[in-house]
Amino acid sequence: MTPSAPAVAAVPALSAPYDFLARLVGLWSDGLGWVGERLGIAMLDYVFMHHALLVGALIAVMAPLIGTFLVHRQLALIGDALAHTAFAGVAVGLFVNSLLGTGISPYVTAIVVAVIAALAIELISETTDAYNDVSMAIVLSTGFALGAVLISLNTGGLAVGINQYLFGNLSTVSRENAVLLVVLFAIVALVVTVTYKQLLYVTFDETAARVAGVNVPWYNRLMTTLTALVVVGAMQIMGVILVAAMLVVPVAAAAQLARGFREALLASVVLAQIAVVAGITLSFNYNTTAGGTIVLVAVGVYIAAVLAGKAQSRRAGGSGDDPAPAPER
Amino acid sequence: MNGAPSPVDADRPPLVDARDLTFGYAAVPVVEDVTLRVDRGEYVGIVGPNGSGKSTLLRLLLGLHEPDSGSAELLGHPARAFAERERVGYVAQDVTEDEKRMPITVSEVVLMGRFPHAGFGRVTVEDRERVREALRTVGIEHLADRKITALSGGQRQRTYIARALAGEAELLVLDEPTVGVDAESVEAFFELLDGLVADGMTVLLVEHDIGAVIEHASRVVCLNREVYFDGDPAAFAESDALDRAYGTNIRREEGGIVT
Repeated sequence: MTPSAPAVAAVPALSAPYDFLARLVGLWSDGLGWVGERLGIAMLDYVFMHHALLVGALIAVMAPLIGTFLVHRQLALIGDALAHTAFAGVAVGLFVNSLLGTGISPYVTAIVVAVIAALAIELISETTDAYNDVSMAIVLSTGFALGAVLISLNTGGLAVGINQYLFGNLSTVSRENAVLLVVLFAIVALVVTVTYKQLLYVTFDETAARVAGVNVPWYNRLMTTLTALVVVGAMQIMGVILVAAMLVVPVAAAAQLARGFREALLASVVLAQIAVVAGITLSFNYNTTAGGTIVLVAVGVYIAAVLAGKAQSRRAGGSGDDPAPAPER
Repeated sequence: MNGAPSPVDADRPPLVDARDLTFGYAAVPVVEDVTLRVDRGEYVGIVGPNGSGKSTLLRLLLGLHEPDSGSAELLGHPARAFAERERVGYVAQDVTEDEKRMPITVSEVVLMGRFPHAGFGRVTVEDRERVREALRTVGIEHLADRKITALSGGQRQRTYIARALAGEAELLVLDEPTVGVDAESVEAFFELLDGLVADGMTVLLVEHDIGAVIEHASRVVCLNREVYFDGDPAAFAESDALDRAYGTNIRREEGGIVT
């Protein structure tokens, strides 16, 4: 099942950084194994669970980080659109591999195709008057159709492995996949850190951002490209169909509780971590699909956040938001 | 250029310099042949009926649209070049609407005024000090940690002014800032603008309340696709420009004009 020789390691220039990251993943694995042994947690006996938890934790930082910008720009559906094109990318990878006998990871082709689709979405909405969700709907269906056609072209061997991409799978997270995730995480975290102010300005008030000299189209493209990276990264355990939930649900929950934007970002990451760790644990113990379990936990967290937010504003009783001093009782 | 140089800052370019601007979203121009020059320290109020192209003119001056013909310069640069934009503060028309329930605090919004200065660098202690100062100037320092959606229209308006002040803007461009703000807050808002102008701010304001513009601005531009009047508020009140620009559905009353 696991690829014997990772494709990236074949390229000499990449082998040193790959080895370094692989060693880091190994250290994480050793650490978790040690913790599991000490505390008697059965789940931590397995190396694939170490990888799954690492990948999950990284996703639970990246997805809400990007999702916070998307949700507050009312682009919550873009994750869905890109996930479906990433599925086409997986199909392209599997197709090329079976045709030419190459060993390219389908995740790499998924990244390439999803990034192209991300730029296509931006281009369609920039050059036509089409409303953004129209361009997203078009890209979404095109991606899924392309994936379906490529798979049907070469049924037999191809259709067998497709379920893990549709629904996600904990046990297929290899060390190579974990390294890929670490790389994606580093890219996303670095880019958001550097461009945080510009992204926030564009998210909050696009016109004012343009007036202030921010290159809005460029940041829109950057945002969608980062979304594509996150979606492909998260696809591994969440699956194509549920991946968008990680971009949206923890963010929606955090928006119920937070006052400020930075606060909302932090809260969404914390809530996503809770959902991922609890979801993976439940999934392992009850043999349920990881993606679905994580999403259900996340939705549970969201409902709790809505109730907590309601209780919070009721306790404030409007007096905190009233400019006039509340009368004495 | 060929006229008499203005007495103040004769050697410095005007903040806004638009010549023969014509622009239309479709074939029919919304703004036609508009020439407008705003010098440092002026307080210009643009009035005109609904759909007269006031907001479009502002968008042209800010470089948000490419004119069909004519040219627009802002701060001595072509408007479309978006140069030195930290010197311009912009308050949009729809800021009092809150269909977006984005969690963000007042001080986070005001801090955005510092973003063009910070670029890709970190926000410094000095940036935060300027935010506090700007909040103090507009009198909402006590609301700094409040969620912006929890504010009244008037308070939100002040937040956006504070954002421009935090950015050290020299030119304040406001597009119908008093829409959705209660009457009492509107009066206080114009007093705030008066204070800023007294401190050297240049203001370009699009406003539907003609009475307020005549009372507060130092110059009135009456627009309905073309410029019908450009000059002193008192002379504007006496002239027939309003009747011509608005057509006949306008009443003149003792001491005030009501549309």
